[in-house]
This record gives sequence, structure tokens and C-alpha cells, in this order.
Amino acid sequence: MNRIHRAFEHGKAFIPFITCGDPSLEITEQLVCEMEKAGADLIELGIPFSDPTAEGPVIQEANLRALTGGVTTDKIFEMVRRLRRKTDIPLVFMTYANVVFSYGTERFVQTAAEIGMDGLILPDVPFEEKEEFDDICARHGMSLISLIAPTSHQRIARIAEKAEGFIYCVSSLGVTGVRSEITTDIGAMVRLVKENSDIPCAIGFGISTPDQARAMARHADGVIVGSAIVKICKEYGENCVPHVVEYVRSMKEAAVSASESV
Amino acid sequence: MNGRFGIHGGQYIPETLMNAVLELEEAYNRYKDDPDFNRELTALLNDYAGRPSRLYFARRMTEDLGGAKIYLKREDLNHTGAHKINNVLGQVLLAKRMGKTRVIAETGAGQHGVATATAAALMDMECEVFMGEEDTKRQALNVYRMRLLGAQVHPVSTGTGTLKDAVSETMREWTKRIDDTHYVLGSVMGPHPFPTIVRDFQSVISKEIKEQLLEREGKLPDAVLACVGGGSNAIGAFYHFIEDEQVRLIGCEAAGRGVNTAETAATIATGRLGIFHGMKSYFCQDEYGQIAPVYSISAGLDYPGIGPEHAYLYDKGRAEYVPVTDDEAVEAFEYLSKLEGIIPAIESAHAVAHARKLAPAMSKDQIIVINISGRGDKDCAAIARYRGEDIHE
Repeated sequence: MNRIHRAFEHGKAFIPFITCGDPSLEITEQLVCEMEKAGADLIELGIPFSDPTAEGPVIQEANLRALTGGVTTDKIFEMVRRLRRKTDIPLVFMTYANVVFSYGTERFVQTAAEIGMDGLILPDVPFEEKEEFDDICARHGMSLISLIAPTSHQRIARIAEKAEGFIYCVSSLGVTGVRSEITTDIGAMVRLVKENSDIPCAIGFGISTPDQARAMARHADGVIVGSAIVKICKEYGENCVPHVVEYVRSMKEAAVSASESV
Repeated sequence: MNGRFGIHGGQYIPETLMNAVLELEEAYNRYKDDPDFNRELTALLNDYAGRPSRLYFARRMTEDLGGAKIYLKREDLNHTGAHKINNVLGQVLLAKRMGKTRVIAETGAGQHGVATATAAALMDMECEVFMGEEDTKRQALNVYRMRLLGAQVHPVSTGTGTLKDAVSETMREWTKRIDDTHYVLGSVMGPHPFPTIVRDFQSVISKEIKEQLLEREGKLPDAVLACVGGGSNAIGAFYHFIEDEQVRLIGCEAAGRGVNTAETAATIATGRLGIFHGMKSYFCQDEYGQIAPVYSISAGLDYPGIGPEHAYLYDKGRAEYVPVTDDEAVEAFEYLSKLEGIIPAIESAHAVAHARKLAPAMSKDQIIVINISGRGDKDCAAIARYRGEDIHE
């Protein structure tokens, strides 16, 4: 059993995403520790990829900045090793299939498990292709996180039955990025999951404001925010930590308040 | 396993797109053997695109090289000037049957974009084309053609601003708007069922070569040559010869400035197994799986991967893949123009270049077929620049 279940034990979970090495791995390390103190329940660590096809411009650019800065999978593993001496927060990697496959899926997953990672999100690995990653993850106690989208419909039941850790509910069509409005019937998506599994559901894509976090959290067990945080990292660079901390605190409060207002 | 060619292929795409590709597969299976659909497609291919394309005996080239007889499959004579129209007419017709009203496409050299814009105009569909910013500069004429045909062209400035970025951006666009939109993928790549659909629509090339050559020579060719980026014209030229083991199938990759330099796009020569753009296949990449910023003078071959069926034919030893440099391709571009009065696309010139090496070593009763996948008008300004001459279009 990994640590992911703990993320959903403190009210509605708040799950921030950051790109490792943006602006530097030292800052990434500080961000993880400080975001935990500010109320983050689980942290998604993005391993940058040269051609992230599921990302909008904000995270695409963060990937490019990190890679240009010389970040590699091995350097990220070393950072996580250092981090695990300081924190026990649930951590999952988010990256693309080729980063894992090219490293050697077995070698990647084994190393990630050894250094204390809890799960893996691969947005370009749908249900049909997950087996070659899933079996290896299962053997090393890592959860391969399943995603469902507004277009998933009849696929949700099948995906939910086999899901591990939590389900990443994609709030809208399109790629990652801040949206002014989310129009999908998230409640219906989550209900379909819950009919087939008691796995926690976290909603991501397009969430940036406390109001959105509160609204989304009403439908699910947690909210995921990426682009809005990555924007802060870009704006403040090496000085981003206090700004991110303040933002995470406000978002966690908003998420938690969703259960109170129901 | 869905849509596998040996270990290659598959459907490595976001969940958001899964139902779209499943729906496409279902529609394709429904229509591919449907008599009405095929009647309509054949009529378009013949009356609109000008098929069958000619198989031309290149007498002067044959005499000059002094070896195997050279035949040119004239896909450059198709409407819109390249083989791309074969696939596009099929896919847009299919999209129409599926009730779609809008098509989107990536393009490298612009030939696929022009073909898609053409079919969209013909079949009254909305059309948007994504093209690397770098490519919009080297293929300015094609950008204008697409606009003239009523398409909206979006320059893509992310990454290297070339074909791979255009593919990524079109995939992103498709995840934003799926209901009314079909992604007309231009090569035998991407997630299943695209490599199969595109191959089937392009296989008309090898079907015709076989018939035409049997009629002319009473036998099969000894070698079929085609340039390979993603590999759609090559798979089209190879497909009906795969079972004829005595026919050598040779794909000519863009080596750019050479396979020992970083400025190359020769995937089989320099790439390794990976997962990208929806498929498992060979890709140019670094040790951590970051996709390499590839280079070729040819915008159409400037892609870091190769279609999964080619990867499989390579694994099986059924097809060979050889690198051809920019220099060799430009020389072949000029060579075919001067010797036969045929200006080939710079992409197709890669295959011509290899034929120049291969033919002299073969006997006079042997036959090489080169697929001239497109015409070279679009390349004239760029080749002139390569030769230090600045011509204004």
C-alpha cells in the first residue's frame, strides 16, 4: 500500500501540480515542502517532456524551461531522494509514456518506487494501453492513475473498476490550462465512477480560482491545479515559493469549505 | 491488441480522444467494403484526382545510369500535385458519412494541407490546417494555396516549428473540439486506426504499379523505391508487393546533413523504439526519451518518427531503409529535371537519389520503380536558395 489514500483523509483534497526544474530543482524541492505545510494533500511532480501533447501553452513552456535548464529524469530521481528525508506527503509523477518507456519501464518504476514515489500519471496512456505499465506498477506498489474525460461516457465503468489510487477526472475538453468557465456535468461523471468503485475522484484541467475549487470540490473528493501554479512559478521565478504557498493555502481552504457549505 | 504491427502501433492518446478514434474505427469498418462508398470514392479518384496515375518509363535516366530499367510512378500528376489526395479524398468522404462538418489537418511541406483544403472545398466542409511556422516560411506558396481554397492556416511556433509540432498542435485542437470535427491525419502514423486507414487509401499506388508493369513488362519490379517521412507514399507503393518477397522494398529517409550529425531526420538509421504521437515505433530521441529536434531540407520528411507498419517491415527484414542527404536529394532534384523534364518534389528526390546509386549495379533486364510522390514546383524557391540564388515568388 502506498501513501495515496492518505491524501483523501483531510477533507476535500487539494492536489497541486508543478513541473520539476521550473525554475530549478532546488526550488521544486522547497515548493514541495512548503506546499505541504500550506495544506497540499498530494503533489503531482511533472517530469518535463519535449512534446507534451495534452498540455496547453503554460505547461508546455514550463517543460521547455526545465529541459533547457538541463533537468533530466535521473536528476529528478535524486531530488526526490533528498525530499523523502524531509517529507512523507503522497507524491506522484506526471509525465508522458516515452519518458518512462525510453528509460526502461521496469527500471523507471522500480527506481521511482525505491525513492518513495507513490504513483504515476501518463496522460497518453489510455485504458487500452495501460497493461504494459500497470503490471509493472502493481509489482512495485505504485498506482498507475486512470483518467476519465467528458467524452468517456460508457468507458467510465470499465475504467473505474480497474482504477488504482484515485481517478483523475478531466473537467473539460481540450488541453490543460486556465479556463474562465467549466461547463461539463462533473457530478454525473463522478456518479458514474462511484457506481462502480469507491475510489476517490479528483477533478483537474482549467481550475484556477478558489470559487472554482469550491464548486468542483462539491462534486468530488479533491481538486487538481496545474497551470495556475505554473504561471506563478513563471512570474516570480526563484522567488515564487511564498506566492505559491499563499495560493495553495487559499485553494485548500476553498476546497475544504465545499463540504461545509453542502 | 489494437492496431498492432508486430510490437508497433497502438493507441497512445489522451482518454479525451479515445471515443473519437473508436468511432472512427467503427465507421471505417462499416464503409471500407460498402459498395456505395467505394463507388463514390473511385469516381472522385478517377474524375477529380486524375487516377490512375501514369507509370512512365524513364528512358534517358535508364540510359544514363546504364543498369536497371527505371520506371517512374507519376503521383506528381495527381490533382493538387502529390499522392496526398488519395488518402484525403477517402478520409473526408468518410468524415462526411460520419456526419462531421469540420476537418483539421497537420501539414509539413503543405501538400497534405493543400489536399485537405481541396477536399474540404469540394465536399463543403470547414477546414483548418496546422503548419509549423518554419514550414510556412519555406513553403509560402502552399500556405497561399490553402487560404485560396478556403482553409484557415495556423502557424505553429512551439518546439522546432516543424511537422512534429504541427501534429502535436492538431492533436491538441482535436481534443478541444471532437463532436463535429474529424482529424485528417496525413501519414501512416498516429494512433490506430489511422496507420491502417491511410495505408489502405494509399495502397492504390502499388495496386496500379503492379497492373501497369505486368501489362508493360509482363513481370514484377525488382525494386520499389519511395521516400519515407511518416511513410504514406512509401507504404502505398510497397503494400501490394509485400507478399512478393522477390521485390526489394526500399524506403529513402531524409539524412539531412548526414546521419553522423545532429541535423538529420533519418529515423531508422538514428532512432530507437519509443512511444509518441499515439504510436509505438522508432523515433529520433535522446537517452531520456526527449524527442530530437530533427532536420531535413525537405519539410515533408522533417519528422522524428516513422509509421508503425514501416517499423514492422524493417524488424521483419521485409523492407530496407536507407539514408539520403540534403546534397544528394538536391542533386537528384536537378538531375531528374534536366534529364527527364520532370521536376520532382524534394521529398521524392530522395528516392531518385538512391535510384542513381542502385541502378548502375543492377542488370539491364532488371526493373526499378521510383514513386514520384509529388511535384517540385513548391520547392523551387528553397532549392534556389540552397544554391545561393534568391528568387522571389
